[in-house]
Amino acid sequence: MIRDIREQFPILQQEINGHPLVYLDSAATSQKPRVVIDALQHYYEWDNSNVHRGVHTLGSRATDAYEGAREKVARFINAKSTQEIIFTRGTTTSLNLVAASYARAICREGDEIVITPMEHHSNLIPWQQVAKATGATLKYITLQPDGSVDLAEVEKTVTAQTKIVSIAHVSNVMGVVNPVKQIAEIAHRHGAIMVVDGAQSTPHMKVNVQDLDSDFYAFSSHKMCGPTGIGVLYGKKALLEAMDPVEFGGEMIDEVGLYDSTWKELPWKFEGGTPIIAGAVGLGAAIDFLSEIGLDHIERHEKEIAAYAMNRLSELEGVTLYGPLKREVGLITFNLGEVHPHDVATVLDASGIAVRAGHHCCQPLMRWLKVNSTVRASFYLYNTEDDIDRLVSALIQTKEYFGHAT
Amino acid sequence: MQLDDLYRQVIMDHYKNPRNKGKFEEGAITVDLNNPTCGDKISLQLKVNNGVVEDARYTGDGCSISMSSASMMTAAVKGKTLEQAKDMIARFSELMLGKDVRFDDYEDIEALSGVNKFPARIKCATLSWNALRKVIDEEQFNKL
Repeated sequence: MIRDIREQFPILQQEINGHPLVYLDSAATSQKPRVVIDALQHYYEWDNSNVHRGVHTLGSRATDAYEGAREKVARFINAKSTQEIIFTRGTTTSLNLVAASYARAICREGDEIVITPMEHHSNLIPWQQVAKATGATLKYITLQPDGSVDLAEVEKTVTAQTKIVSIAHVSNVMGVVNPVKQIAEIAHRHGAIMVVDGAQSTPHMKVNVQDLDSDFYAFSSHKMCGPTGIGVLYGKKALLEAMDPVEFGGEMIDEVGLYDSTWKELPWKFEGGTPIIAGAVGLGAAIDFLSEIGLDHIERHEKEIAAYAMNRLSELEGVTLYGPLKREVGLITFNLGEVHPHDVATVLDASGIAVRAGHHCCQPLMRWLKVNSTVRASFYLYNTEDDIDRLVSALIQTKEYFGHAT
Repeated sequence: MQLDDLYRQVIMDHYKNPRNKGKFEEGAITVDLNNPTCGDKISLQLKVNNGVVEDARYTGDGCSISMSSASMMTAAVKGKTLEQAKDMIARFSELMLGKDVRFDDYEDIEALSGVNKFPARIKCATLSWNALRKVIDEEQFNKL
């Protein structure tokens, strides 16, 4: 099966620096299967038109494709209605929309916004900005020594003053799966709303927003086999209805007067301008692709690869692994002795292996880990144990290379 | 892709045995720069007297390329006038573009010519040189 899956990704069929490509950077962006690339091409070749305005055939096709994609997204995460699915540019824009529209309107001095030190900058800086603008206090849940979140700490941090709790479902650095369902329950008990950054979870596991009872859930298309430039903000209808749009013009307009105007109903109220139509079509194709393989299969496959990688890497002398030892998702962060992550990544690249080196847009977490940067290998449905073997032998070579050079 | 083009012996020597690493107590212009994409950091200090760089030091945290480049740059810039230092910055930019540039005033720098074949690493090599440019700009601005 894995061979069949790999064959559907054209990009994986190439050599990099004389070696077959091993792509271990899917947490940054995933590769795209042929069906998604074809869907984008088909849209532009046959259906391209603006949505919700043309009365001609192409206009109807484009509208059907765009709104059809919204239905697929709603089913994919089990939203109650397509009205709860807002298309955005990605996770970052989704979280910023919640911060700019919901949070700025409700937060006052004395209120609290609760996050963790492991948040991606996208789920940290918008809240910093809200806190600065409104006088609300930004509070951090203390992490456990292994980087995980303990519910007792959440109970200690969330209070009656807390208005918003915003947490990553899965850490993009440590691969921790956070208990967002239980955290949502704590948040709700204190009258706060729960925002979930699903950038690293939605591509890899079955997400059910109703079961998680999250009020907002944000994710990106490009990390789940879809195109870049489009993402989703799920929000509970009542909350979205009470919110004001932050972008005005184009698609979100109902009626415009000289001095006052009205907005379309949900979800279009939040989709100003011409939307990312081809992106939505590509995301829809990606959802079909992932659903056909099955998220349960993808999750199991990644867990196996990650466990294998954790075993092989921990056997390697000089490797420091960060985060909990048991992996729920396919993401491993490490350092190799004194060799700087940047240098590790360059030597791996010479062997055709793509990893990420840096702070992964998590500078506060890097300080918490007491490092400047790390190497991250992240896996997806197309990675194999052979990829891990290639990684391990290239790391051994890296050690030797820098051993000799010093 | 030949790794040895990048990690030349001279570079690794500067990385492991950095020259001019440290901080002046006083009397120096300081510029802090970082590379936001990877988190590499440098704090460069220059003592300038009558338009001449009397001494240079740096502290920082980064990869072998960024740190060895800083070590070489501080060694090369000592004793140079600000105009000569500017000329070095210009020559270093050309080196990064793959041009055949000589550094008779400090030959070690030529070892960084291989970085040109690794475009992703050019930012590492130029970090300390960008800091130098800022120090010079600041020094000259203060003299206006």
